[in-house]
Amino acid sequence: MANGIWIIAEQRGGTLRKISYELVSEGRRLADQSGQSLAAVVLGQGIAEEAKKLAAYGAETIYVAEAPELANYTPEAYTGVLADLIKDKQPNIVLGGASQQGKELGARLAARLETGLAMDCVGLRLEGDLLIAKRPIYAGKVFAEVVCETARPQMATARPNVFSILEPDAGRTAEVVTVSVALKPEDLRTTLVEELADQSGKVDLTEATCIVSGGRGMKGAEHFIILEKMAGVIGASVGASRSAVDAGWRPHSDQVGQTGKVVNPNLYIACGISGAIQHLAGMGSSKVIVAVNKDPDAPIFQKADYGIVGDLFEVVPVLEEEFKKIMS
Amino acid sequence: MNIISCIKQIPDTETQIKIDASGKGIQTADIKWVMNPYDEFGVEEALRIKEKKGGKVTVVGLGPQRVVESLRTALAMGADEAILVDDPAAEGGDALATARALAAAIKGVPFDLIFCGQRAVDDDNAQVGAALAELLQIPLLSVITKVEISDDKTKVKVQRPVEGATWVLEAPLPALITAQKGLNEPRYASLPGIMKAKKKPMAVKKLGDLGLSPDQVGEAGSKIKIHGLTPPPQRQAGKMVEGETVQEKGVNLVKLLREEAKII
Repeated sequence: MANGIWIIAEQRGGTLRKISYELVSEGRRLADQSGQSLAAVVLGQGIAEEAKKLAAYGAETIYVAEAPELANYTPEAYTGVLADLIKDKQPNIVLGGASQQGKELGARLAARLETGLAMDCVGLRLEGDLLIAKRPIYAGKVFAEVVCETARPQMATARPNVFSILEPDAGRTAEVVTVSVALKPEDLRTTLVEELADQSGKVDLTEATCIVSGGRGMKGAEHFIILEKMAGVIGASVGASRSAVDAGWRPHSDQVGQTGKVVNPNLYIACGISGAIQHLAGMGSSKVIVAVNKDPDAPIFQKADYGIVGDLFEVVPVLEEEFKKIMS
Repeated sequence: MNIISCIKQIPDTETQIKIDASGKGIQTADIKWVMNPYDEFGVEEALRIKEKKGGKVTVVGLGPQRVVESLRTALAMGADEAILVDDPAAEGGDALATARALAAAIKGVPFDLIFCGQRAVDDDNAQVGAALAELLQIPLLSVITKVEISDDKTKVKVQRPVEGATWVLEAPLPALITAQKGLNEPRYASLPGIMKAKKKPMAVKKLGDLGLSPDQVGEAGSKIKIHGLTPPPQRQAGKMVEGETVQEKGVNLVKLLREEAKII
């Protein structure tokens, strides 16, 4: 009989990523609602101390799998270790992050376990034993509720920035269980040759809490500097619409929309973006949307909480100055 | 090198999506169906590798007869052969059920490399490539923006952007790669290409041809079931920020963000 809720924590370079705290917090909420136990699994090398941080957020058991080959994530090695552990302990629910590595790992792991995975969820609830997972499809044009009725574990990945992090309670403790790791040669075929650090230092759009985006109205790559400057003041990442990316003004990695990144920041400031349906789909779940556009009929204003009709080249510098005043 | 590229047909991204009467699917009348944009990057990369290293490109799709059009597009771009799994029982499956049908469809087709799109922009599932790699027991390289095949054609080195970094990964062939935007700029089919495509082989397969039973694939073979679809939460109509001048509007907006939205 499958029992318990597990979260697969995510670490990079020996440090737990924010999504891990979001997962353990949501896991705790679900565990409290259903009277199930909560366990976290951490894979890596030399990460036992770091893993213990999850206890304060409500993990009762922390499985730690350590090996030199696990220091850096690769899908096959991580899938191998997790599949063995899950088959052995038979949890009812396994949650991972819908981060770059979490999506890949979740998908391969679910296939190995021959179970169902609800990808990139924005809401999780329980109906008895069943996990009802809510996930945007068509980049948020529709939401689907999905269930995995018979196969176990029930798996889901949680979209970053959606699930709130609990206040840590230093009084909580967890049992730390060392997992024996037996990797097979076929688990080690893929290797990380090197990690090229992103020099920009900006937070990835999918994890950003604040985004300033530019569209066709930016009129050229050279003008994005005004968005960069304003973004710098409020700690925002800079995104772009498909037209700006297709024009070659911004790299593909900056594209927000159905064929780019789906984002959910607290604040999204759209500058010179008319609001094509495929863009609106990708940023529609932002908590507060601000639009700056010359055209009062631009569709973006239908989605925006606050709109300014005006020339972005005049508006943005004013906003930058005003943000500076309140941020100082 | 033998390369397989998987294709899904999806509603054009300009489509307004409406929920159908069952509450579990979408209305499909008047939809313009196109090749999933991420799959186009996969087809293009397969063709570029073939042009450099020699070999053959096979494109594989799953879905009703209309998918032939997308497969023909790939053939017109330069792919050599196409396989379509056209069986209603194979449709509507979750990732594993779909991958099972694809794996059966390519059984017997030799391959060094398989491409899929990193996700289909309809159900945004991002799982079929991983499930197919798992069924075939080959390395999986996801969301890739650069592919280099070693001179001896036994290894592949790729670039994978992740949050705050790019990973350079290496794996032996055969392997499965899921394509991300930025990998290449897909070509348009040329007129001679379109003419030639009409004569290229297009194998249409039913489940029986693949040795699969209906309970292994499609909706019946799926672990994940759709409980229901709902429209996205409606946003309240926003407000236009007042002000005589740009300066005033800017001041008022920042004030609203701080005092009303409490976001800054």
